[in-house]
Order: sequence, then structure tokens, then C-alpha cells
Amino acid sequence: MAILVDSETRLLVQGLGRDGSFQASRTLAYGTNMVAAVHPGRNGQKFENNVPFFSQVADAVDQTGANTGIIFVPAPFAMDAIIEQVDAGLELVVCITEGVPVIDMVKVMAYIKDKPTRLIGSNCPGVLSPGYKAKVGIIPSNIVKPGNVGVVSRSGTLTYEAIAQLVQHGMGQSTCVGIGGDPVHGTTFTDVLELFEADKETEAIVLIGEIGGTREQLAADYIKKHINKPVVAAIAGQSAPAGKRMGHAGAIITGKAAMASEKIKTLAEAGVHIAESPALIGAKMKEVLG
Amino acid sequence: MNIHEYQAKEIFEKFGVPTPNSGVASTAEEAIEIADRIGGRVVVKAQVHAGGRGKAGGVKLVESSKQAGQLTEELIGTHLVTNQTGPTGVPIEKVMIAETLDIKDELYLSIVIDGDLGAPVVMASSEGGMDIEEVAATTPEKIFRVIADPLIGLSPYHARDLAIALEVPSESIRATTKLIIDLYKVFIENDCSLVEVNPLVVTKDNAIVALDAKINLEDDALFRHPELANLIDPNQLDPLEQRAYKSDLAYVKLSGGRVGCMVNGAGLAMATMDITKNAGADPANFLDIGGSANQERIEEAFKIIVDDTDVEIVLVNLFAGIARSDVVAAGIVAAAAETAAKMPLVVSMRGTNAKEGIEILTDSDLDITVVTDLAGAADVLQQKLLELERSN
Repeated sequence: MAILVDSETRLLVQGLGRDGSFQASRTLAYGTNMVAAVHPGRNGQKFENNVPFFSQVADAVDQTGANTGIIFVPAPFAMDAIIEQVDAGLELVVCITEGVPVIDMVKVMAYIKDKPTRLIGSNCPGVLSPGYKAKVGIIPSNIVKPGNVGVVSRSGTLTYEAIAQLVQHGMGQSTCVGIGGDPVHGTTFTDVLELFEADKETEAIVLIGEIGGTREQLAADYIKKHINKPVVAAIAGQSAPAGKRMGHAGAIITGKAAMASEKIKTLAEAGVHIAESPALIGAKMKEVLG
Repeated sequence: MNIHEYQAKEIFEKFGVPTPNSGVASTAEEAIEIADRIGGRVVVKAQVHAGGRGKAGGVKLVESSKQAGQLTEELIGTHLVTNQTGPTGVPIEKVMIAETLDIKDELYLSIVIDGDLGAPVVMASSEGGMDIEEVAATTPEKIFRVIADPLIGLSPYHARDLAIALEVPSESIRATTKLIIDLYKVFIENDCSLVEVNPLVVTKDNAIVALDAKINLEDDALFRHPELANLIDPNQLDPLEQRAYKSDLAYVKLSGGRVGCMVNGAGLAMATMDITKNAGADPANFLDIGGSANQERIEEAFKIIVDDTDVEIVLVNLFAGIARSDVVAAGIVAAAAETAAKMPLVVSMRGTNAKEGIEILTDSDLDITVVTDLAGAADVLQQKLLELERSN
């Protein structure tokens, strides 16, 4: 069945500026079931002569039965867009926007805590299930291949790198999930691991972490207790110095636990197969699956 | 974004946080005037964006305004090298002259957002004036934390709990509670990523005073605070980082590396640094050119890399999703034509317009080795580094 996005996905797009429109066109061209576009004032028009525009998310959901939302709106308005989509009752909301203030994400997470919506991001490449031509995000569809490896990552382009390595070694993906590089984000490694473990189409999992925070350690703990499928992990930033932000707002070594070496150690102790170099993710998975 | 102590102190004062009487000087005359106004012993503190100032000689007590003037004259125009700066240090352009207090006890207080908890956390310790990581490692029982509710904020009883845990004198509990609440307001209303007071002091007459003031502002929230964005002091940045900042490039200079790295995406940039290290040489920089950089920014990015005198070889790793390989390639060729540096380039280009990008590079007169993936990049890099060593 893959996870998060599949043939049941009915996608609503919000934030159709230059980059948003470009990505939405690609999403549509790939074959994703896009049912609504939201842009105040364009009510009645159609995106790419195909997808109806609405001025409000709630109205779009009422009229189209959209169940999944994607957000491309600029950072100052991202919190508002997430809350609008959550209030409209979407099951899954993916926020691609980069540079959302941390305190905004803190408030969003507190707001959605007891609501049924699942949030992915902010600052993430989104989700793609190749077997169902379902893409909710910006992962290039020409690099993926249907298959049985689940990919979960904090990064964008390093996720593409991992996917390319898997394909190079003859392995396709069930679903690729970029959870984002911000210190406060919706869906976590642990959430995605739980979904992959329950998914019949996923046989093995690639986890790509990086310096900063302790989410990889929480993932290690979860893997030890609940995951029976093989997991290959790579952690970026082994050569990064302490105290300097490496691009991602969350990628900063603030203490011993935030270091790559500590994360690798904890994951290895939990039985995870470690790709010693980010160049060896595909090779390691090939070795594990035989 | 870092700001200076004197700027942080001004923000503290605006929010009612007690601080010592002080002034900022950039000449001996100004220092003498401030010291005379304060009277008696004063402390002279170099205003730089680096910790470890005290041990490095950047904070000193003086007995008279004359000495304050002399010390200011000595400090201004020099570079302060601390355990947190590179070997060249950071320039001292201003000093703070502050009154000295009769101190009974030194405490520690900080506010950050804990990403894993998804909430602001106020941390306090009875061990002020020390490296807090050290305290956390050796005597964790001396650190107290309260978690603020993201929607309600810090409840006054939380602040009071901390004041009591810190064992301040009974008559100071109320003032300490107020100070913690005011600092929380500083943190939230200015979108800070860090507010830190080390030390927070209890004076002999039981007053609570923020003897030091440190604020880091969250870069992503500066759009809400144009007046705070103006507080940036670019001279405190490495000159190459300063140029990157002006071009809106995510660049970090790394000390001692020989391999310049030009990558799109932060995760891939870190991975590229890692394979460089595995290949036997340290990366000279972190650089994420981002997804929507135009040719002009690409050119500046490449120039920043090759203008770094440590760099002997450049590794370009592009996995273009939003970015376009041909634009990046054209930028590199144009930038290389304008610089004297003729160092070898190892290039991996995949994704959008990769074929066109590689063609542009191979058609140029640059010393290019094209590789098809990260593993290939590691191999070729290793080989090139050996060649460089032989020719040296």
C-alpha cells in the first residue's frame, strides 16, 4: 500500500507563486490526483486548464473531497496556511516552505496536538510513492522507481542522492518521505518508522539523519523496540564543526548528543546497519538485502 | 544572528531587566568620560561576537578612569583570539565600560527553544560564571529547567519555581521572578534563538542584576524585526562569510581545509564535506547554493570558494531538483574567467539539465574531471589529492 500518499490521495495545492506553480505543474504531469488549487481571488478559474481554483481551503475541501494539502506559500504566511488546512480537516498536510520561524512551528505543533491532521515539514521535500504515481512535494519523479525500500530523511538533495544510489543498485522505493530540516517539525522519524513497519510493501528502510537535535537517538530507541525490518542509516555532518549552523536551521551541534558520531553510535547499538559514507547508502542496502 | 553585548543590554533594559550602569566607547576619551560618570573601579569589556573573552584578556578590571582610557586605547583596533574564534580572532572596535558590583552569588539563566520538546525552555543554574556545558556534564543536579507552554507562555509560578530552586534570598524571590518573566518576554517578542545571562548576580544588598547579556536572533524571523536586522556587525564575520552573507548564500568557512565544496542542499553539502574528509582531506567550507540561485549568485559563490587561500581543489556536487545544472555551469565558467585561480575541479552533476551543464564545463578550458556519483567523486578526489601532493 505504500505509506502517506497513494491512489487514495486527493491533493489540494496552496501557494501558487513562481516556484509553487512550477512544482505543481510537475506534480500534475507526473500523474498525482490534484483536485483543488487555492488562491484568493481566482475562484472559478482553472490551474493548467485542469484543476479548479478556490479562494478558501474549507470551500475547496467541501467541493472536491480533497484529503491531502501541500503548502508552497512564503515563510511569513506558512503558519496561517497550515492552520487553515488543519481547520479544514485535511488528513495530511505537507509544508514545503523553507525559513518558517521556529516559534511559529512551536505554536503550530501545540495547536495541532489533539487534532486528527498529520503534518509533514516545514522545510521539507515532501512525500512520493512511485508505485502509485502519487507525489506530494518536490522530489524529482524521474529519479524514483517503484519497489520495496522505504526512505525517510531530514534532508532534500541528500534524499535524492540516496534514491539514486538505491536505483543504481537495482532497488526501488515504496515511499520516500522527507521530514524536513527544521528543529521543530511535524511528522518525525519515529512516526514514519511506525508506518513503514506496518506497510506490507516496505521490506527495508533507509534513514538519513544529520547533526543537531536528538531525534535520531529517539529513532534508534524506537527501532530497537518496535522495528523488525532491516534499517540502513547514514548521518550527514561528521565533518561539521560545533556551534555553526550548517544551512538547515536544525543542523547545528549544540552539545555532545547533537554530533554525528553520537547518533551513529546509538543507531549501531540499536542494530541499524550504518553506511560508513553517504556514498555507500545504496551499496549497504544491497549488502543487507543480499 | 549574533549581536553585541551592549546591544543585548539595551534590549534587556527596554524590557525592565536590571543591568549595571555602563556605556560604550570606541576611543580612550569616551572611555574616560564614561568611567568618570560611573566613578571608582570599572570593568572594561571588549565587544566581540565570541565567548571566552575573559580568559583571552578581553575583560579587565581597572581602578581609575585613566586606566580605563589606557586599556581602551590598547584594545581598540586589535583582534581578540579566544577559544571560540579562529587563529586570526575577531576585531575589537568597541568596548563596554561598566560599574562593578559587590557580588554575593553568581547564577546562570538561559532561554532557548528545545526542538525535540517543541517548546521554549528556561534553564537556570546555581553555578554562574562557568561554562554551562561543563556544569551539565559534571553536576547536572545544579541545573533546573522549566518548559513554557507554547500558547500560554511562561507562567509566573514557573519563574518563581526557578527563583526558589536557585535559593536566592527570600527578599529577592519577587525580583528574580520578575526578571525571569521579563527575559522570557525579551526572548519571545524579539524572536530570539538564545537569551543567556552568565552570570546573573545577587549583590551584597540582595539586588538581582544581569551582569552579562547575550542574545542570538533567529535569522528566519528577522523579517518581523527590521530594526533588529540593522544590529548586524558584518566586521565580526570572517571576510569570506561576510561576502556570502551579502549574496544571501549559506556559507561557513571551515579552518584548515583544502577542498572547496560547492553543493545544492544543506544535507548533500554536509555529505559532500564528509566524503571529502573520508578521501583524506578536510573540507574548506560548507556551501549550499540553494534551489533558486541565479547565475550572478552562482558566480559569487564560486569566487568566494576560490578566493579562499586555503583551497587547492574544488568539488562541485549538484543534484538539481529546483536548481538548473546549466545555470550553475555557466556561472562557474564565467566566475573562473574572472579569477586567477586555475585549480582542478571535480564535478558531479545530476538532475535538471545535467547533460547541458556538463557540456558547458567540458567545453571550457577549465581543469575538469566529471564523475557520475558521490562514490566516484570520493575516488577521483583521493587521486587528485595525491597528484597535488606529488607536484608540491
